[in-house]
Amino acid sequence: MTARNTYKRPMTGWYKRLPFYTRYLWREATCFAVIAYALVLLTGLWRYTQGAEAFNAWRAALSSPLSLVLHVAILAGFVFHSWTWFEVMPKTIPFVRMGDKRVPDDVIVRSGVMAALAATVVVLGLAYWALK
Amino acid sequence: MSTEKRIQIECLRYHPEQDKEPRLQTYDVPYTDDMSLLQGLQYIKDHLDGSLTFRWSCRMAICGSCGVMINGVPSLGCHTFLRDLGPGKVRVEPLTHFPIQRDLAIDQTDFLRKLESVKPWIINQTPKKPSDGANRQTPLQIDDYYQFSECINCLLCYAACPQYGLNPEFTGPAALTLLHRYNADSRDEGTAERMAVINGENGVWGCTLVSYCSEVCPKGVDPARAINQNKINSTKDYFLRFVAPRGASKG
Amino acid sequence: MSTPMNAPKRANKPPFWALFGAGGMVSALIGPALVLITGFLVPLGLGFSPQAMDYAQVQVLMGSVLFKLALVAVIGLFLFHGMHRLYHTLHDFGLHITPAIKALCHGLAALGTLVAIVLVFSAR
Repeated sequence: MTARNTYKRPMTGWYKRLPFYTRYLWREATCFAVIAYALVLLTGLWRYTQGAEAFNAWRAALSSPLSLVLHVAILAGFVFHSWTWFEVMPKTIPFVRMGDKRVPDDVIVRSGVMAALAATVVVLGLAYWALK
Repeated sequence: MSTEKRIQIECLRYHPEQDKEPRLQTYDVPYTDDMSLLQGLQYIKDHLDGSLTFRWSCRMAICGSCGVMINGVPSLGCHTFLRDLGPGKVRVEPLTHFPIQRDLAIDQTDFLRKLESVKPWIINQTPKKPSDGANRQTPLQIDDYYQFSECINCLLCYAACPQYGLNPEFTGPAALTLLHRYNADSRDEGTAERMAVINGENGVWGCTLVSYCSEVCPKGVDPARAINQNKINSTKDYFLRFVAPRGASKG
Repeated sequence: MSTPMNAPKRANKPPFWALFGAGGMVSALIGPALVLITGFLVPLGLGFSPQAMDYAQVQVLMGSVLFKLALVAVIGLFLFHGMHRLYHTLHDFGLHITPAIKALCHGLAALGTLVAIVLVFSAR
């Protein structure tokens, strides 16, 4: 039986009520950084198909102050995304066990972050090898 | 004047027969270091204002009755101590995201409906008889579901969950956790019957892994985990339903 | 065994969530490094020559089908990840998400991916 004359409270500004919620929304907002960078790459690809002059101009624009400032924001977004991605990863997978014992969540998180650091080294290495 | 400590407990008040809207009322409460917030509320009711309404029972964090918002954080009144909240003022409100019934008591009807919908009991395809003997489980099989069975239905997770707040149709943390608890129990054969709830927009797909539910759970149940395991299961079910249908999946 | 009358409808979330997850994992692993390289190290010549990543060098890379596929994969997965999270973020801010909005978000990601595919295979 549902009670009568109950009072419903509004959800406006819910994300401001606790630091936990605000941090969650910053995590979700990293999507803007990911989308922005995809568009940067897409633009570069498009300029490439227009020929050497067009592509090299795009490449030169990457060192403009505007581009550098934008990429600081994009990089911050990616780093926070990466960190928070591995932070929640244990919750998205079944229990991990070594033999009979459960691998603790913080070990799983650390493994993910280590994997990202290793991947970073690999990508940087590939870049130095491919782009002289 | 002794060295008696005092705290200001500010309570949300709402009596639907006379109030159009909730209001706040502050009470001056003496306390000792061993007192919980629940005892503070009981002091108010016993000595200051008998009309203050709130739920409680066991006083030891096992019945799940005394959930309230303490300074905006979903908490058990019996499990939170005045020595950690005072001196000064503490704000006590009914659990967020639920309709307020009276003062600090909320209407849990919606949760009870959601609970029923997940079929929170062992389902056997062929009924078992006592002569079949006891069920047997290894410690590992128990470990697969045990923490999820610790839920005391206190609803702190629903108060914590903004997705439930934004969409009251969302099945919600505790109900989905109990669903997983039974699916993960080796004695249960009812996963197929529960897939429809998992697969719906208001099933696991209503969760965005805020995971504040797991932060506030007083029993370490980790509802965020129980729900998000099943996103993989739901995805498998989505793609494999044409190849290997599982009972109750609807086209 | 019957399905109850009010059994909820199946959500179409799984394929998009899978793309979101794949994009999220790839961007979490190699995203920071990519941004570092194309956003700072190459433009500022930090460890890279002034010719690094110019048209001539990229032309060599574009000779590899593997590189082309990787580029399309990165652009596509990043877009699907981002757009999926975008409409969820809008929902968190209180916007009611209609099927049209979901279609628009996934549609834009698909469009971006398609454009990347067309460009990459028309590139010499």
